[in-house]
Amino acid sequence: MKPDEAKYYHKIDAVVVGAGLAGLRAALEIAKNGHQVAVVTKVYPTRSHSGGAQGGIAAALANSAEDSLELHMYDTIKGSDYLGDQNVIELFVNEAIKTVYEYEHMGVPFSRTEDGRINQRPFGGHSSPRACFSADITGHVLLHTLYEQCVKYNVHFYSEFQVFSLLIKDNVSRGVVAWDIREGGLHIFHSKTVLLATGGYGRAFKITSNSHANTGDSLALILENGLPLEDMEFVQFHPTGLYKHGILLSEAARGEGAYILNSDGERFMKKYASDKMELAPRDVVSRAEQTEINEGRGINGEGYVYLDMRHLGEKKIMERLPQVWELALNYLKVNGIKEPVPIQPTAHYSMGGIPANINTEVIKDAKGTVVKGLYTAGEASCLSLHGANRLGTNSLQDASTFGRIAGKNISKFLVENGYEALPSNPLDVAKAKISSLIDGIGGERHSKIREELQENMTKYVGVFRNEQDMLKLLKIIKQLQERYKNVTIDDKGSVYNLDLFEAYEVGNLLSFSEIIVEGAIARKESRGAHYRTGFPKRDDENWLKHTLAWKTEDGIKLDHSKKPIIFMDRFPPQERKY
Amino acid sequence: MAKKNIIVKILRYNPEKDKKPFWKKYDLEVDDDSTILDILNEIHWNIDGTLAYRRSCRSSICGSCAMKVNGQNVLACKTPMHKFKGNKLKIEPLPGFSILKDLVVDMDGFFEKMQRIKPYLILNKPIPDKEFIQKPDEFESIRESAVCILCGACTSACPSLWANEDYLGPAALLKAYRFIFDTRDDGKDERIDIINDKNGIWRCHTIFNCMEACPKDIKITEYLSRLKVKVLEDSI
Repeated sequence: MKPDEAKYYHKIDAVVVGAGLAGLRAALEIAKNGHQVAVVTKVYPTRSHSGGAQGGIAAALANSAEDSLELHMYDTIKGSDYLGDQNVIELFVNEAIKTVYEYEHMGVPFSRTEDGRINQRPFGGHSSPRACFSADITGHVLLHTLYEQCVKYNVHFYSEFQVFSLLIKDNVSRGVVAWDIREGGLHIFHSKTVLLATGGYGRAFKITSNSHANTGDSLALILENGLPLEDMEFVQFHPTGLYKHGILLSEAARGEGAYILNSDGERFMKKYASDKMELAPRDVVSRAEQTEINEGRGINGEGYVYLDMRHLGEKKIMERLPQVWELALNYLKVNGIKEPVPIQPTAHYSMGGIPANINTEVIKDAKGTVVKGLYTAGEASCLSLHGANRLGTNSLQDASTFGRIAGKNISKFLVENGYEALPSNPLDVAKAKISSLIDGIGGERHSKIREELQENMTKYVGVFRNEQDMLKLLKIIKQLQERYKNVTIDDKGSVYNLDLFEAYEVGNLLSFSEIIVEGAIARKESRGAHYRTGFPKRDDENWLKHTLAWKTEDGIKLDHSKKPIIFMDRFPPQERKY
Repeated sequence: MAKKNIIVKILRYNPEKDKKPFWKKYDLEVDDDSTILDILNEIHWNIDGTLAYRRSCRSSICGSCAMKVNGQNVLACKTPMHKFKGNKLKIEPLPGFSILKDLVVDMDGFFEKMQRIKPYLILNKPIPDKEFIQKPDEFESIRESAVCILCGACTSACPSLWANEDYLGPAALLKAYRFIFDTRDDGKDERIDIINDKNGIWRCHTIFNCMEACPKDIKITEYLSRLKVKVLEDSI
């Protein structure tokens, strides 16, 4: 296989890895600016997990009640438990309104107010009804609309291509190498820029709302290139996962007025967030639920509580929450119009990710040194916008707004820069990974390793964390990493080898899971979604800082000292109460 | 949780090895509330890693896992095993598409048909500073059509399409409906020209297979009927 073989070599201005909202919004921007852009995605674009988002997209349109940019900014900062970088949050809220109107002009079907404007509903941690929505399939309609726009503007899609290596040399990104899942074979994408927009890493957990695809592949690629990840210990557990399945039931249910009840039929949120009740941010509600369950007030003493929508009535449920109703009926045989729905916290969103500056350029150190030509946006990235806890509906807005900003910055870069030469033997890394999996002989099944990882991650680094459990988990991960070297796959073929790409994904999960745990062990405080039983308070004196983590030959290297959180004078840290 | 022994026959085909598709039988024990996807995962993860199928969200929104089970087009992730009587399952790829491998079919043609109806808002009017005004009932008329997850179950179940593979098919026509009935859209005439064609809306013979197959319970046939009326009104 040589790089000059046409089938395997593509020279194209920009590569976008991932076809969720961040990737597609960036690709659209780049194409509209007249550049050639390839979206390399392991699933068909409309299968991306942005489509699973239900409740809405945040913007202070003030269509349903008074609202302001300042308030959206304050809510996001407070929601982040003061870990979010405030310059990023400021840019985010300033651009959010434009992003929503752009979507509307592209044709997104939004639910409407009586006078025909975009309707907005309340959401956890937001002080005003700010979630612009389309029933409870908001992510789905945004994703489909963006895909259609990309087709209109001639974005090149390489669907069902799995990226196996990044071509970075001398701190310059030169492209990616991807495996064609459908036909087999490696392809080189030689480009001036690469945007990593591969989404979150929820698949490291057993109980998760995430799709099978959310294996954080580009995070593992970043680590193997000697680059750091940021704030990986901050994993959001969503309070309304469907019991046992972990599938998301939208926060929109509570936005529309649903209750959460324990075994005594009590709206227990009054004990934990007397003001916001069920609409406190997700970290607060998940901890409350888990406390009720741990103290024996789960339903029938089991590991779940109830989401009660009955008082909303059939009409409202079917108009505003049809998917929530359908999911409960389908997977648990529970009719939400007549019965309360069993729920439990579920791993949902990755606040941590690939560190980037406000321009979405990937950085390699605490000083902010940029990797030339390498960008990241959406859930894969850590700008850091969401800090220690993300507010609901800020994620679709994040992916969309920073996707657009990435696209704009990339377009500018493309005008000012030429192609850099490929490294010699560009296929080597990817080839080695594939042959080690195809030729593996140790007899380990990747699915067993994955299941053990997920089970232990959910058990030991979930809503509540303690040092002893996490040290145990770290040992387990090390053992699993060793066992992974002996993975043997059944399928040795080239065409649609699901066995091969699942085995590859498991390797990626093992790689960054270690960083989540190391970060969580090191952070001896409780902030946002990270809660340490031995350190139940936020510790601003020692821990008002980001975590950067590298994988080195000597193990994981953490750095908390040099990357400061960016503050504005008007939003100093305050106690976080709801 | 109660367990159940089942026999699963899967239509297997690997173009690298097999001259034609063949049935392979698996005996396994599963939880009795398993979905079809759970069963495929169990086989793939623990019995036979060579089995290929598409899946992603497992919550019936991504549209990856449409396939034919015991004669019906379903979404594997949404369909519990107990939907079918007895303990035997027959699983095959969506009919009407060419097989790439096992349960994975080539959907490129399906997506290309979608493109033919220009699936994006066409605007000839000035763009407002804020949103276009659209009343709740106007939104309601397109809401359900926008639920379509492009899984292909409807198109694969359509006899008119089996007879003529150039027919746009229910999914693409539903997409046309979604834009033609969108009050913001100015592209109605061009879209109607596209669907008022020998491979367009008149190939729909109101057989209702699409509606029956739709895993999202979208009333596809009804929307296509409204589309026919619209085309007729437009040509008067």
